[in-house]
Amino acid sequence: MEGLKDVVLQYVTKEYLEDDSEPLNFDTPLISGGIVDSFSMVSLKRFLENRYNIQIPDDKATPEAFDSVNKIAVLVEEFVGNKS
Amino acid sequence: MAYPEKIRNVYQEQIKGIQNAGLFKQERFIHSPQAADIEVEFPAGAPLKKVINMCSNNYLGLSSHPDVVKAAHEGLESRGYGMSSVRFICGTQDIHRELERRMTEFLGTEDTLLFPSCMDANAGVFEAVLAKDDVMISDRLVHASLIDGIRLCSAMHDTYKHSDMAHLEEKLQLHADKRMRMVITDGVFSMDGDTAKLDEMVALCDSYDAMLLVDDSHSSGFIGKTGRGTHEKCGVLGKIDIITTTFGKALGGASGGCVSGRRELVEMCRQRARPYLFSNTIAPVVVSGVLKVMEILSASTERRDKLEKNAAYWRKGLTEAGFVLREGDTPIVPVMLFNAKLSQDFSKALYDEGIYAIGFFFPVVPQGQARIRTQISAGHEIHHLDRALDAFIKVGKKFNIPGKTKQEIIQMYGM
Repeated sequence: MEGLKDVVLQYVTKEYLEDDSEPLNFDTPLISGGIVDSFSMVSLKRFLENRYNIQIPDDKATPEAFDSVNKIAVLVEEFVGNKS
Repeated sequence: MAYPEKIRNVYQEQIKGIQNAGLFKQERFIHSPQAADIEVEFPAGAPLKKVINMCSNNYLGLSSHPDVVKAAHEGLESRGYGMSSVRFICGTQDIHRELERRMTEFLGTEDTLLFPSCMDANAGVFEAVLAKDDVMISDRLVHASLIDGIRLCSAMHDTYKHSDMAHLEEKLQLHADKRMRMVITDGVFSMDGDTAKLDEMVALCDSYDAMLLVDDSHSSGFIGKTGRGTHEKCGVLGKIDIITTTFGKALGGASGGCVSGRRELVEMCRQRARPYLFSNTIAPVVVSGVLKVMEILSASTERRDKLEKNAAYWRKGLTEAGFVLREGDTPIVPVMLFNAKLSQDFSKALYDEGIYAIGFFFPVVPQGQARIRTQISAGHEIHHLDRALDAFIKVGKKFNIPGKTKQEIIQMYGM
């Protein structure tokens, strides 16, 4: 999907990083790297659902599935693909 | 056998890992009542050493006050040692009710319910008043006990950047579709010593139809002109839906805590909160001590006034000496060192100089944010603070800290 990874990266940067943090890339470990705690996944999940008009079941919204921008993109594409 | 050697080895490796990472905590053994001057055995078996305590939550110096001790003795005589019961069975005495009434009056709320600790109050409150169609929106630096209570609740949980009101507003908008919204914050943040912007938060909660819960454990008794807490300081008395606080810090330092707030929310805790239903009632001796503390505080603001002056004096001294501090005006004054091992070595060196202050490091604070968290008391006199300042400067020079920026300290010691 066009621009999906950039959209997710921009959201994660704005939502979770402080001003003096190291910049993220598509492979930066978000959850296992301590940037996004498991509670904060909630707003990321809601953002993705609202933005792409999808529903991500709770059992798919795991720390592993959300652990990098690349992995998140795979998850979103699965549900956008299911919809179409 | 339930504990074979291979399981023992697993845990021994984990403990070794904690030690190797410089994150191992050691207890010190205090052989005197809690006060500004204490006698400490450290390490275990070492001769007793007289030191100045710079890290207790004894903010008002009441932990060993003779009047509080006397009242506790009287409580032992008149109401016994233990109740051997949870509250709702046969664990409620008239003095429990009296303390709830006193706290309601002091905090400016509608009702109060005692808990065995504020940890228990925080563990029980969310599950008692919220359900899965609701959302909890917490500051990212709330106390561990609030996080534990949030985890026990089936409501959705989201977070906002520390004290960032714009980000909080975004979250309130994001979750506008939920049945109920509850914003959760510390009043004074325990590790950084800064204060929540309760006036702005009350306004946001009003606009977005959200409840507000404040854990005021590091505020009750001394923040605000008459020590009622962060809500008094921020001019929002009567506008906080739930306040949780502890009797284990300024309010006597023994144990116990409470939930105080809107009548219906407190009643839900009385009916449903698991720590209230399943944990032993506060012992009569403790209730009696806290009642005396509340009597002392209601009679005069002398102690909280002295604490305020002491804290300002301490902060000024450290700032002028060139230490990196967290900004704030509370008696919690973190001296930032960033590196865990440095904070432990600094603490040991302070101890050698007769000053007792502990290094705080991961997981108590985030990685790379290690510090010595100093806490000022109304029990400190100026000579205590001067002596402690001299020690900080001497030890600071030994580690080449005064005058260095955060980046320079990290460059020298790493994160």
